[in-house]
Amino acid sequence: MKIVVCMKQVPDTTQVKIDPQTNTLVREGVQSIINPFDVYAIEEGVRLRERFGGTVTVVTMGPPQAENALREAITVGADEAVLVSDRAFAGSDTLATGYILAMAIKKIGDVDIIICGKQASDGDTAQVGPGIATQLDLPQVTYVNKIEDIKDGHAVMHRMTEEGYEIVQTSMPCLITVVKEINEPRLPSLKGKMKAKSAPIKAMKAIDMDVDESRLGLTGSPTWVSKIFTPPSRPKGEIFEGEADACADKLVSTLKDHLKG
Amino acid sequence: MLDYLLTDDQKMIRDLCRQITDEKIRPVSAKYDETQEFPWDVVKVMAESDICGLYIDQQYGGMGGGIMELVIATEEFSKGCGGIALAFAATALGTLPIMLFGNEDQKKKYLPDIASGKKIAAFGITEPAAGSDASAMQTTAVLKGDHYVLNGMKHFITNGGDAETYVVIAMTDKTKGARGASAFILEKGMKGFEFGKKEDKLGIRASSTRELIFTDCKVPKENLLAKEGMGFIVTMKTFDKSRPGIGAQAVGIAQGSLDAAIEYSRQRHQFGKSISSFQGIQFMLADMATQIESARALVYGVARMIDSGAKDYSKYSAMCKLCASEMAMKVTTDAVQIFGGYGYIKEYPVEKYMRDAKITQIYEGTSQIQKNVIGLALIKEALKK
Ligand SMILES: Cc1cc2nc3c(=O)[nH]c(=O)nc-3n(C[C@H](O)[C@H](O)[C@H](O)COP(=O)(O)OP(=O)(O)OC[C@H]3O[C@@H](n4cnc5c(N)ncnc54)[C@H](O)[C@@H]3O)c2cc1C
Ligand SMILES: Cc1cc2nc3c(=O)[nH]c(=O)nc-3n(C[C@H](O)[C@H](O)[C@H](O)COP(=O)(O)OP(=O)(O)OC[C@H]3O[C@@H](n4cnc5c(N)ncnc54)[C@H](O)[C@@H]3O)c2cc1C
Repeated sequence: MKIVVCMKQVPDTTQVKIDPQTNTLVREGVQSIINPFDVYAIEEGVRLRERFGGTVTVVTMGPPQAENALREAITVGADEAVLVSDRAFAGSDTLATGYILAMAIKKIGDVDIIICGKQASDGDTAQVGPGIATQLDLPQVTYVNKIEDIKDGHAVMHRMTEEGYEIVQTSMPCLITVVKEINEPRLPSLKGKMKAKSAPIKAMKAIDMDVDESRLGLTGSPTWVSKIFTPPSRPKGEIFEGEADACADKLVSTLKDHLKG
Repeated sequence: MLDYLLTDDQKMIRDLCRQITDEKIRPVSAKYDETQEFPWDVVKVMAESDICGLYIDQQYGGMGGGIMELVIATEEFSKGCGGIALAFAATALGTLPIMLFGNEDQKKKYLPDIASGKKIAAFGITEPAAGSDASAMQTTAVLKGDHYVLNGMKHFITNGGDAETYVVIAMTDKTKGARGASAFILEKGMKGFEFGKKEDKLGIRASSTRELIFTDCKVPKENLLAKEGMGFIVTMKTFDKSRPGIGAQAVGIAQGSLDAAIEYSRQRHQFGKSISSFQGIQFMLADMATQIESARALVYGVARMIDSGAKDYSKYSAMCKLCASEMAMKVTTDAVQIFGGYGYIKEYPVEKYMRDAKITQIYEGTSQIQKNVIGLALIKEALKK
């Protein structure tokens, strides 16, 4: 089974800051990590390989330093890594990102299943997975929390909903997006870490793929961001100082007042 | 930590073991201390991360590291829990005799499953009447045709009952005294090989300690390690290599307690200040850190000497175990002191470090026995001059 996992490198913070001038994410000085949901996507890819055989290829679109995230994926079991990177891709919105990743996956070829995270912790739109599926004209199952079985060109999986879960059968190949409930990601292995040090990372540029240039980067991105702002932070909490008993009394009476409204 | 100029691979091992400790050992160490169950879930993580075969040759499925790699991993795990670390370190104790004295068939048969973490191992020499004086051992092995028949028992055996592979020392010729002992590889499930009671312990409670009982236990002849009469040599050579591992366990336990004590001393306020602002506390912390670093330097130095292919290092092996274990008992006791009354309470982490530290002065030879080894070596050296 040929498994492709799409993963994104994101800033290591849940408090993403926005530059008020440019309306873009401030990335300086923030460490990068693999998007938390994608860690589960990688793990599920590796588990599928362990269950059904095959290879796991991790793919990311991003700047050259996204290579680090790909190497990290190799430490936990990915076999191959593809870095989709080109100046022409800069400024891509979700539509363009989905298109570019779809074309990269087409180039990889003969893929049986594409696994994405449910959403990215920075962009947060949850649109890229479905976007890729649409571009490739593949069935998609979102919010998957369990892959029951894959056989005879079909897959049966559980899809988490607010009320419970749905059991879905789909034809293969297909694209899925996964939620954190699907597995418990493993820690890196020593062999994986050693392999990651020297593993070749395949680079894919616009000219390596069969793409329509008008659909890349800023030109290919109809999303128009009028304003991004940080909502006002919550007012600071109140700190009582003094003897423990007196503070406790004060705390209880303050809480009571709040409850009365 | 002092810069010990670790190789890139050693740093990688340290970082990975630290991650395992932080994410998988620390969260469960109190639970296993309480229940005394065997930490199989953590052993599984170690196996999946290729740690179980760290010090085993690559041709038998290991990572090809040496005693230094064993030491690095044991120290990191022990920072989180000295008991859980022992599932790994005592497996090394049971595996080293096979690595050192096994023939090709024995190595091929037993090492790969230990390297992959599928099986863990144990080593048994101690008996109720034969502790420090192992030559008083009663367990016998009698050759009958194509197998030996073992009768007797071992006690206080780490990983006993949970391990699949055992190296056991028994007397093949009582008339020869120490030269009449031999080493055998046993497998769990062999007929006549059973387990007795599991001990209820002061510390390292996540580690299992059981009796091994042999009743007409048939062990195939090909499971004899080395030659008949080599049992004590197998044991001594094994201890020479494994003692730095106990030293590392002691260093890790001590470091864990110091880290906790530093953090606590900054949070705890008395006399209107954090207790870390008192010179009396700072001096204790300074002593603890200095003692830990000295012991670590000695442990690493000996591990590297062994890995360099040195021949005679028993004295240094004994020194690093002695130094580190005495240090750990002192440092962990001081950590409890820094926590004051809270240090004595199980809700806080340091009393466990203190309970766990004690065993390092006792097993693989008590501190007194280490001093015997060192003292005898000194005298031997003087006589040679
Ligand atoms: C309002 C807004 C404005 C933006 N403006 C800009 C801009 O001006 N310039 C700019 O460069 N970016 C911009 N972005 C960022 C960019 O559009 C998105 O980050 C990107 O398209 C991915 O979308 P997402 O982060 O919402 O991912 P989601 O759709 O939430 O991600 C779902 C899954 O898709 C996969 N995936 C997502 N991104 C990638 C990737 N790059 N490589 C591989 N797999 C991936 C992962 O599996 C992920 O778990 C903007 C984003 C938003 C929300
Ligand atoms: C938790 C635990 C795990 C263990 N794991 C293993 C294992 O995996 N395999 C195994 O084979 N054994 C194991 N042991 C046994 C351990 O190695 C022995 O307990 C140890 O060697 C001491 O023997 P003893 O208990 O009989 O004490 P004794 O030998 O009776 O010693 C009692 C006291 O006398 C002192 N003493 C003895 N002889 C001398 C001397 N000549 N000079 C000065 N002082 C002396 C000792 O230092 C000690 O203070 C374990 C023990 C414990 C408690």
